Amino acid sequence: MSAAIELRAVTKSFGNTEIIRGVDLAIPQGERHAIIGPNGAGKSTLFNLISGRYPLSRGDILLNGVSVSGLKPFEINRKGLSRSFQITNIFQRMSVFENVRCAVLWSLGYKYSFWHRLGGLKDANLQAEAVMESIGLKARRDTPAGVLSYAEQRALEIGITIAGGANVILLDEPTAGMSRTETADAVELIRKVTQGKTLIMVEHDMGVIFDIADKISVLVYGEVIASDIPANIRGNKAVQEAYLGTESH
Amino acid sequence: MTRLKYSPLNLGRWLVWGGTALLMIVLPLILTAGFTLTLLSQIGIGIIFALSYNMLLGQGGMLSFGHAVYSGLGAYFTVHALNLISKGSFYFPVTLVPLVGGLAGIVFGVIFGYVTTKKSGTTFAMISLGIGEMVAACSLMFPGFFGGEGGVTTNRVIGQPFLGITYGPSIQVYYLIVGWALVCMVAMFAWTQTPLGRMANAVRDNPERAEFVGYDTHMVRFLTLVIAGFFAGIAGGLNCLNYEIVTAENVGALRSAGVLIATFIGGAGFFFGPVIGSIVFFTMVTAVGAVTKAWAFYLGLMFLLIVLYAPGGFASLIAMHVPVIKARLMRRLWLPYAATVATGTVLLIGLISLVEITYHYSLEAETAPEMKLFSFAFKVTDGAPWAIAAGLLVGGFIISRFAWNAVGRAWGEIVHILQDRAAA
Repeated sequence: MSAAIELRAVTKSFGNTEIIRGVDLAIPQGERHAIIGPNGAGKSTLFNLISGRYPLSRGDILLNGVSVSGLKPFEINRKGLSRSFQITNIFQRMSVFENVRCAVLWSLGYKYSFWHRLGGLKDANLQAEAVMESIGLKARRDTPAGVLSYAEQRALEIGITIAGGANVILLDEPTAGMSRTETADAVELIRKVTQGKTLIMVEHDMGVIFDIADKISVLVYGEVIASDIPANIRGNKAVQEAYLGTESH
Repeated sequence: MTRLKYSPLNLGRWLVWGGTALLMIVLPLILTAGFTLTLLSQIGIGIIFALSYNMLLGQGGMLSFGHAVYSGLGAYFTVHALNLISKGSFYFPVTLVPLVGGLAGIVFGVIFGYVTTKKSGTTFAMISLGIGEMVAACSLMFPGFFGGEGGVTTNRVIGQPFLGITYGPSIQVYYLIVGWALVCMVAMFAWTQTPLGRMANAVRDNPERAEFVGYDTHMVRFLTLVIAGFFAGIAGGLNCLNYEIVTAENVGALRSAGVLIATFIGGAGFFFGPVIGSIVFFTMVTAVGAVTKAWAFYLGLMFLLIVLYAPGGFASLIAMHVPVIKARLMRRLWLPYAATVATGTVLLIGLISLVEITYHYSLEAETAPEMKLFSFAFKVTDGAPWAIAAGLLVGGFIISRFAWNAVGRAWGEIVHILQDRAAA
């Protein structure tokens, strides 16, 4: 079985500056993989390359064994990859329910239909209700997303990401800016909704990472300097020097 | 922004739709002023046109400066179709002839829309303006099709009368317009309740996120524009039937600006906004236009005030009262509102007087200095009318400030009460 995501010599330059410098990485199906690294290491850029937000400069990215480099975000999404954003990226003026339902429409095959009545789409409505239930926002069903609390918006962000049933999920700092209890809830939520899926996560909170991740890759100045199970990452000298030792969080 | 929720047995919705249909049907029987039928026909067509425009502006977040391209080309294709039918080239019932316009709207929506919808925001607005100018320029380059400056004329009374309907009398055309307007309104409302309609909202609110849930934002905008083009084309076809002439004005920038103003005045954030907007807009153009040359000035001023103080349009002004009515708090507003109307009337009379006197002075002071205003006769060359008008304007402005502040205070209290109740 081919890897869920495979990066081959992925390189990205902005102008003359190389932000990602030849990253090779293979993440098998069903693995929960965390990417860590100091600020400016290129973690978010890496996510933007995988999800099609930015084009690659060189190299190739394979999703379930098929190259997706050069594809647009919606094409990659249709192939089963979905992502969340570090800065909350939801449909602010729509209700929680509408947010989630928009995220399930394509995967259920309704595409650009103007001959189906939304109210009559049983499968889409049920799936949207189920997602709201799992992210704990059922009580907020008809609230405009823009007026939710920060933690609720982060949960909705994850809800939109998983709603379409993608099997590869990318979460960009899902617990950033959260309190201790909110973080604990978020970890539970992430664990629950990514069951049986491949998860790739950028995160700063070491507690969260060691809690969730099966494997950790350390990105420093656009290069992966180590990729291993958490216990080995903790003991890795190069990692300690480059990252853990110098950063407090 | 409120969102219309689907609930088939919603009494309020039935009242609004039923009331609209009833009004359209009975109004020409009640109002008998000379221009009534002209005005009502304009409003009926305007409703279709403005609702189609709002698929772009309100639903899809696309500010178009060239929507008349689709209605205008629809009108031109309809006029040529009518002329061919009357020559006996082919048979097609006049009742369905607006569909020719709709089809033209789709075709040109596909041709122009693909480029226009590649980008949203300012780029979209600029490209739509450019295409509008191009098509308007074509109307002079291809006189064979566009009829040059004189336009293309036609005769809608063709074929055998069906149940006595010849479409000769204006009233018959009016009811044809009403029929089409109601069908188009229902169809366009239904569109807002489909996956494409909802994704148009999503692309409007957050195009990037829409791409990451599997939607090509270009395709969503493109399909929305093509469908809007279809309805705009139908409006154009009805315009052709109504006037029996199509001129370059139909594709012009002025028409594109008009539909933007009508939609915005009514309220782009509400489905019914453009309906209200069309009523207000054509009342200003035709009814006010019948009594004063300054109608465009008043329309411009109204547009300005709406943009500045009620950017959600008339529909938002109505909608903001719904929770107040539900909470039974309207009684707190009646007095300040009455005061505002009274003082505002003084202000308005002052303003209108000054504008009318100025118009009369600059246009006819030499030949006919006498004029009549609010049943007072006077000479515009005298100083007194100017002084009185200016006095009313300034005095009205000062006293209406007090009334306006009272409205503000009353609303402040109401918001407070509603918040307290919501918290309790």
